[in-house]
Amino acid sequence: MADIRNNFVGIKSPNPFWLASAPPTDKAYNVIRAFKAGWGGVVWKTLGEEGPPVVNVNGPRYGAIWGADRRLLGLNNIELITDRDLQVNLREIKQVKKDWPDRAIVVSLMVPCVEEAWKAILPVVEETEADGIELNFGCPHGMSERGMGAAVGQVPEYIEMVVRWCKQNTRMPVITKLTPNITDVRKPARAAHAGGTDAVSLINTINSITGVDLDSFAPQPTIDGKGSHGGYCGPAVKPIAMNMVAEIARDPETHGLPISGIGGITTWRDAAEFMALGAGNVQVCTAAMTYGFKIVQEMIAGLENWMDEKGHASLDDIVGRATPNVTDWQYLNLNYVAKARIDQDACIKCGRCHIACEDTSHQAITNMVDGVRHFEVIEAECVGCNLCVNVCPVENCITMEPLAVGVMDQRTGKPVSPIYANWTTHPNNPMAKVAAE
Amino acid sequence: MPEGQFKEGIAGGRLQADQYADNFSDLHPPLDHHEALVESDRCYFCYDAPCMNACPTSIDIPLFIRQISTGNPIGSAKTIFDQNILGGMCARVCPTETLCEEVCVREVAEGKPVQIGRLQRYATDVAMAESKQFYPRAEPTGKTVAVVGAGPAGLAAAHRLARHGHDVTILEARPKAGGLNEYGIAAYKSVDNFAQAEVDYVTAIGGIDIQNGKALGRDYQLSDLIRNYDAVFLGMGLGGVNALRADGEDADGVINAVEFIAELRQASDLSGLPVGRRVVVIGGGMTAIDAAVQSKLLGAEEVTICYRRGQEHMNASEFEQDLAAANGVTIRHWLQPKRVIAEGGKVGAIELEYTALNGDTLAGTGETLTLTADQVFKAIGQSFVPAALNGSGASIDLEAGRIKVDAEGRTSLDRVWAGGDCIFGGDDLTVSAVAQGRDAAESINRALTSNGRA
Repeated sequence: MADIRNNFVGIKSPNPFWLASAPPTDKAYNVIRAFKAGWGGVVWKTLGEEGPPVVNVNGPRYGAIWGADRRLLGLNNIELITDRDLQVNLREIKQVKKDWPDRAIVVSLMVPCVEEAWKAILPVVEETEADGIELNFGCPHGMSERGMGAAVGQVPEYIEMVVRWCKQNTRMPVITKLTPNITDVRKPARAAHAGGTDAVSLINTINSITGVDLDSFAPQPTIDGKGSHGGYCGPAVKPIAMNMVAEIARDPETHGLPISGIGGITTWRDAAEFMALGAGNVQVCTAAMTYGFKIVQEMIAGLENWMDEKGHASLDDIVGRATPNVTDWQYLNLNYVAKARIDQDACIKCGRCHIACEDTSHQAITNMVDGVRHFEVIEAECVGCNLCVNVCPVENCITMEPLAVGVMDQRTGKPVSPIYANWTTHPNNPMAKVAAE
Repeated sequence: MPEGQFKEGIAGGRLQADQYADNFSDLHPPLDHHEALVESDRCYFCYDAPCMNACPTSIDIPLFIRQISTGNPIGSAKTIFDQNILGGMCARVCPTETLCEEVCVREVAEGKPVQIGRLQRYATDVAMAESKQFYPRAEPTGKTVAVVGAGPAGLAAAHRLARHGHDVTILEARPKAGGLNEYGIAAYKSVDNFAQAEVDYVTAIGGIDIQNGKALGRDYQLSDLIRNYDAVFLGMGLGGVNALRADGEDADGVINAVEFIAELRQASDLSGLPVGRRVVVIGGGMTAIDAAVQSKLLGAEEVTICYRRGQEHMNASEFEQDLAAANGVTIRHWLQPKRVIAEGGKVGAIELEYTALNGDTLAGTGETLTLTADQVFKAIGQSFVPAALNGSGASIDLEAGRIKVDAEGRTSLDRVWAGGDCIFGGDDLTVSAVAQGRDAAESINRALTSNGRA
């Protein structure tokens, strides 16, 4: 049986599934339910400094978009950090950690960008025996207007400065949570690394408006006729998050820096993908908020089953395995040729591959052959773009089949070359480093 | 138990009073808003969709379903009515399992087609509940068209003609408009007087005058119409019922299934409608099923359909056969009527002969079977009665006993078109009658207005 115990910057948990800092981890009641359900750890919802707690809106905090059958695909929220008293939170953290010593409890923090504020909060968190802290530099709404959250996370110099303060003032491991609302995620990651962070976690939520009420002409969620951009999360953001994880994992300056992957993780497969790209563990929120804490059972069983099937003994066997395969476009092999192939037995003849290709791509799929409704790839026109695969409603009905070396590509009239050749050496590239033959 | 349950002979009141309403409630209850959204989500929006091609009226099904899913049921209804102004009734009575839903790619993929018929009903119900009219009439052309028969073909033709600005007079022999929608469909397929509501919806466009109680050949002649109107559309359906060709079929209790169904549809109190204790229905089509199932629902103890060929030859769809079976009707095959056995002038039993196919020829085997029956329904098809049409003046060409028309619905007589069950080459479906009426109306419009321009 695969061993899925997790050791993330020295923080141990029975599995790599943590709940992210968010509404599900706002108080002991929820966290205890999560631990009972099997979650390996939690990042406690962000604490602020001592004093009157923040307040939340009293109208809707969430907006969403849905797929077929109203499956929630993307969620957005305008909730702020915890609106409960600091001392209550600290007392609960201490008690839960005492009662659940094998689970990870990391405390998310967000205080003003001055050293005194951090010096004040670090010792009181340390006193709870929590396993570590996560610096919330990502929250994109509300707090950022007050110079915290994403307002810090968008300035690499501030990140480095605050991380350094924390490292100087606590023995606890420091995880720096990054905002995706920047142009190049490597810059804040490098800054956190320079400040001495033990790890980064990403992504936090993305600035978003999920909808507009067409009667009131107000963005949603709507508070008394007005709306504000909120933080977007859920399955819809997973591709964005995975790219950012991979960017940091393969950046020579941050390579090896532990990453806690966050963003739309819903199933064991999502988690395995994040870990393959370089995440040492994962954090989940929207999936739990959609289906409840029980989903972790599927994640644990699914991950174990896959690892057993593939012979991966521990998480170390999978973390970062896909990172070396993430490269720049210019290094992709231009001599690789694939063609779409439609399995006629699996085809249900909906015709979507045809119309997608005909209207918007390369006119490479028939709709009628000898007067009969029939969808087939015209190899001489197929550029192997994969659009048909993506619009087909039947899994594995259309597949991309590589042409073997030496086989004639009917589109170009040339046999497939055995030589790896990319853009850097292509004759059409005015900057070509080596002239092509 | 009601005392009439096992009463011999043909009698009403076999069930508890409240049982009738339950038995004759909507066969396919309407989808509610949530159900419609869930179901519409299932549509793949196919290219050159098979469902659309299978629809005799070529409704753009993927588009109307997408409009439901995007919260535009009114737009969806317009997409339906653009092709089929009787889309509400067709949603209820179409054998979708042999048309659009049979070829739905999700039927191919999962054995569970998108419920196109019920979605169509959802959209059309929304528009009709709002009395939403989509089609303004064109400027009056001053042309007049007579339509014979207010059934699906006649109504569809009349609506399309009225849209083009022509004035239409529908002459209908029966007291009510609607044709088979009103008189010939099983009650549980068209509840709440839907047929009349639809007639009102169709005629609300204006310019359509329905005159009831006007029978061709009795109250007027075709020559009168040709003389008094610019064009004539014949959509009078089938007036005759095929005979059993069995001895003793004139006994009391041997009844035309279509008349039984019409009587049932018009009955204000179903408990008063008499039905036999043991009923035998002769036939294998939709009418046979409708008569059999409704007999059972009225409280008949034993109902048997006897069809002279095999299950695979029945005109009734598999769904209809299953519906009969689910209601406790027994369907027997390879049996043809031989002799009605009467006692005191009333049916007491029916003797049937087993049949077999010898090559392409069906023949009796000599073996017989006698079923006790106090009521026998004839449902072996209807026929066109040309007497009223060709009794005077120029006569219309027929083909295989029905009116011969060209691709546009033109008959052999100048300025006379025809459509629906009375023409040769149709499939006796409501939806096909609508298509023929609509297309004939377009042909008439072209003829009256020099290619569509008034």
